[in-house]
Amino acid sequence: MKNGKKSEKLTWSILKQYIPLYLMMLPTLIYLFINNYIPMTGIVVAFKKYSKKKGIYGSDWCGFVNFEYLFKNDAGLIFRNTLLYNIVFIVLGMVVGVALAIIITDVYSKKLKKLYQSAIMLPFLISIVIISYIVFAFLSAENGMVNNSVLAAMGREPIQWYAEPKYWPFILTFVNLWKGVGYGTLIYIAGIAGIDTSFYEAARLDGATRWQQITKITIPCLIPSLITMTMLNLGRIFCSDFGLFYQVPQNSGALFSATQTIDTYVYRAMISTGGIGRSAAAGFFQSIVGFLLVMGANMIVRKVSRETAMF
Amino acid sequence: MIHSKSNQRYQIIINAVLLLVTVIMVAPLVLLFMSSVSSESSLLNNGYSFWPKEFSMAAYQYILTNGQTILRAYGVTVIVTIIGTIANLVLSSTAAYALSIKKLPFRNIISFYVFFTMLFSGGLVPSYLMWSNTFHIKNTIWALIVPNFMCSAMNIILMRTYFMTSIPEALYEAAKIDGASYLYIYHKIVVPMGKPIFVTVGLFAGLGYWNDWTNGLYYINDAKLYSIQTLLNKMIQDIQALQANAAAAASGAAMTIPTVSVRMAIAFVALAPILVVYPFLQKYFAEGIAMGAVKG
Repeated sequence: MKNGKKSEKLTWSILKQYIPLYLMMLPTLIYLFINNYIPMTGIVVAFKKYSKKKGIYGSDWCGFVNFEYLFKNDAGLIFRNTLLYNIVFIVLGMVVGVALAIIITDVYSKKLKKLYQSAIMLPFLISIVIISYIVFAFLSAENGMVNNSVLAAMGREPIQWYAEPKYWPFILTFVNLWKGVGYGTLIYIAGIAGIDTSFYEAARLDGATRWQQITKITIPCLIPSLITMTMLNLGRIFCSDFGLFYQVPQNSGALFSATQTIDTYVYRAMISTGGIGRSAAAGFFQSIVGFLLVMGANMIVRKVSRETAMF
Repeated sequence: MIHSKSNQRYQIIINAVLLLVTVIMVAPLVLLFMSSVSSESSLLNNGYSFWPKEFSMAAYQYILTNGQTILRAYGVTVIVTIIGTIANLVLSSTAAYALSIKKLPFRNIISFYVFFTMLFSGGLVPSYLMWSNTFHIKNTIWALIVPNFMCSAMNIILMRTYFMTSIPEALYEAAKIDGASYLYIYHKIVVPMGKPIFVTVGLFAGLGYWNDWTNGLYYINDAKLYSIQTLLNKMIQDIQALQANAAAAASGAAMTIPTVSVRMAIAFVALAPILVVYPFLQKYFAEGIAMGAVKG
């Protein structure tokens, strides 16, 4: 311990002065203990045949039965969906976010700049339930705007959007980008603002075009923060936005092949009869792999740029 | 910047692109609003559209006159958001303040205890079983307030960093010499001087509570305790139940489902407070995002 010297001198009389501080944070520490630490120990339920009467810790052990069931039946689909969606989200979020950040930074008018920033951030603040209502207004088979106004005007047949999985990878990707791109953009704008302006002045004197300035200065300067963001996202690649995949497709069973991810599976299995076992197994997998990925991602971030690492 | 011709052209192009992006960002909200002020018949005949054939405020009138469930849900959301946000600020700021005192014995161990909750999570199943079977939180107002949203390590870390960088330690020392207690310092120095971080963290905590529908989904099926998001969610579920089982609908098993325009009006009313405060608090939202103050 680096403050070994201090702890040597740590006596009761010193400790006593800090009692008020410990008392002040006690409620917080208790809350975290209940809300976070007790459930951590509860992941053992994945290895148990859960019975409500006996509780998590009293239920009988059942070895890997829950995992066997999970991997024989559902694991392939939910892992595939979770991973593929996340990869697409990470790549698109980065490309579109950086592009928007660059051009917003270049906008000459301060007022317009602020308008654009406000607009792209707005969807980030909207609850996913309300977003699902908006998506429904566009896609409802009977009353939806797309079927009634767009497809009808083009002379096309209406589409049963909520019954056809093939469209959903695109719909969900669009919704995710719409909702989330402002977040990344804002972070990249801050990154660009931190670039030394003398680089650009020098480049202009040498006659560099705007495009050259972007590819030779802006993007290289952003790379550390791009790597950091990507690593943090990769650390969460086994997590999916429950709301996006549950609410936006309106929990439609016909769409599960395209919309079921680990998080929706965990919930749906948990509330189905006798499903707690496989639900817990999927959750266990997500927790452990997620933890290892976060640790690994952070190790890489530390190598790239120490100050942006989480720890 | 030099106003050369190519530069002007570049400005036009990027502004055109960004205007298009702005339209894409805002248009869906316009559609939601327009749907809520469409007459029911124009919705049923022509579908949702950006410019309805026939306008009507009937949906909002309905909410005001017959919408006890809706108004009640709105009230639940307001109460939960206020209590939850205050609780979150108190829990986060007291711990952040204590951990900002460099001389505090065991400070590193406690910081790690807080931080570790960001790295590892037990997931939904153990947490659901604990809250519902050990704490019997189902169908109580606490279910909407306590699980997950009341405090997060991220908020504690953000506040601690702010206190450590923005409040000079000399102030604490001086107060200590004058015989002030830690609680007094928290109350008289930390809270007033830390106002900006309280606003930012409070804003995101409040947003988290206002928008949360998950706790309602997991723990609430008593209609009296529906928050507005839970109510919106239940309406979708009921419609699906109706479509899946028309017979059950005839017997009136499900709650009466509001008409298409009323549903959109409820969604818009749930969104409205955010739209109202957003222009004024935009700065804090932007700062919060830049600092990483997302819920969770």
